[in-house]
Amino acid sequence: MGALVLAQGDEFVAPGAKDFNLGPIFGEGTFVTKPMVLAVLAAVIVGAFFLLATRNLKIVPTRFQFAAESIYDFGRNNIAREQIGAKDFRPFVPLILALFSFILVNNIFGIIPVIQFPVMSHIGFPLALSVLVVYPVYHYVGFKRHGFVGYLKKETVPAGAPGFILPLLTPIEFLQKFLINPVTLALRVFAAMFAGHLLLLVFTLGGEYLLLEASAALKPVSVVSFAFAIILTFLEALIQVLQAYIFALLSANYIGAALASEH
Amino acid sequence: MLNTQLVLAAEGAPNPVVPHISEIILGFVAFLLLLWVLRKFAVPRFEKLYEERTAKIEGGIEKAEKAQAEAEQALEQYKAQLAEARTEAAKIRDDARLEAEQIKEELRADAQEEARRIVAQGEAQLQAQRAQIVAELRAELGRNSIELASRIVGEALEDEARRRGTVDRFLAELEASGNGAAGARN
Repeated sequence: MGALVLAQGDEFVAPGAKDFNLGPIFGEGTFVTKPMVLAVLAAVIVGAFFLLATRNLKIVPTRFQFAAESIYDFGRNNIAREQIGAKDFRPFVPLILALFSFILVNNIFGIIPVIQFPVMSHIGFPLALSVLVVYPVYHYVGFKRHGFVGYLKKETVPAGAPGFILPLLTPIEFLQKFLINPVTLALRVFAAMFAGHLLLLVFTLGGEYLLLEASAALKPVSVVSFAFAIILTFLEALIQVLQAYIFALLSANYIGAALASEH
Repeated sequence: MLNTQLVLAAEGAPNPVVPHISEIILGFVAFLLLLWVLRKFAVPRFEKLYEERTAKIEGGIEKAEKAQAEAEQALEQYKAQLAEARTEAAKIRDDARLEAEQIKEELRADAQEEARRIVAQGEAQLQAQRAQIVAELRAELGRNSIELASRIVGEALEDEARRRGTVDRFLAELEASGNGAAGARN
C-alpha cells in the first residue's frame, strides 16, 4: 500500500477510502478478496477454538478450558442474560456468542501483523450480520411472542405516552425499530473500524513518507509519526474489543426489548 | 463487486458505505456456519458441563450438610450417654457410701456383742472357778481344823453332831468375814 501511495510521485497523497479496496488477491478477474478470506478464516478460527476447547470438558477446568469458559461466560452471562433476562436468554446464547467472537476476531485482524486488516471495515460484513441475522431474529421472536398486531402496537405505541403525541411518536418509533436500528448497528462497528484503520494508515504511511522522501531536517519527525502509529494500535485494540462487545450487547438488547412485555 | 465497479466508474474511488454484495453473502454464510457449529457443539457442551458442575457442587453441599447433621446427632447422643453415666456413677457412689455406713454399723454392733459375750463368759467362768475353789477350801479347811483341834484337845471328837455343828458355825463366821472382804475388794 505504501508503494502504491509513493508511486504517485514525490508529493504525499493521504490514504483514503481507495486504500480499503484491496482487489482480488489471486490476480485480475478472480473473485476472492482479502477481507473475504479473512472472514472465512475468522469463522474457522472461532469454530475450531470452541470445538477444541469443548472437546473434553472437565468439572475442574484446565487453563485452556478456563479461557474458553471465560469467553463463553462473558457472552452468556454478561451480555445475553443481562440484556434478555434470565427467563428467555438460553436460546439466544449461541447467537450472541457467535456474534461477539466472530466480530471480535474480525476486528482484531486489524492489528495482527501481516494480516492487518479489520474485516468489519468493509460494510458488507456488519450489514450481513445486522440486517440478515440480528434484525430478522429480534422481530421474529417479537412477532412470535406478542402476535403481529400486538408486537407492532407494543413497538410503535409506547406505553404511558399521551395520545396527542402519538402521531409524532409512532412514525419515529416505527422508523427506529424497523429501519434505523439494524443500519446503525452495522454502521457503528463499520465506522469505528474504518476510521481506526485509516488513522493507522495515515500515521504509518506518513511516517514512511517522512523517512524516505522528506528533507533531512524533517526525517526525525517520522519517529513521532511511527510512535503515534504504535500508540494508536493499542487504542485500536481497545476499540476493536469494545465494538465487538457493543454489537453483541445491542443485539441482545434488541432481542430483549422485543421479548419484553412492557415497553 | 458489481456495485464497486459501478462506483469506481462513477467517482474513480469506491464509496466505502456501499456494500459489496459478495461480501454480504459470504459474511452471512460464514457466520451461519459458525453459528451452527456453536449451537450444535460448543454451547450444549458448555451447558452440560455447567449442569454437571452445579449438580456436583450441590451434591457436595448436601453431603456435607448430612454429615454435619449426623455428627450433631452423635454428639447429642454422646452427651446424653455421658450425663446418664454421670448420674449413675453418683448414684452408685451414694449407694456405696450408704452400704459402707451400714456395714460399719453392723460390724460395730457385732464387735460390741462379741465383747459383751466374752466378758459375760469370763465372768461366768470366774464365778464357777470361785465356787469350786470355795467348796474345795471349805472341805480342806474343815478337815484340817478338826485334825488340828483334835490334836490340840487330845481327844477325838466323837459326837458327829457336835463336830458338824462346831465346824459349820466356824465356817459361817469365816464366810461372813470373807464376803465382807470380797465386797470391799470388788
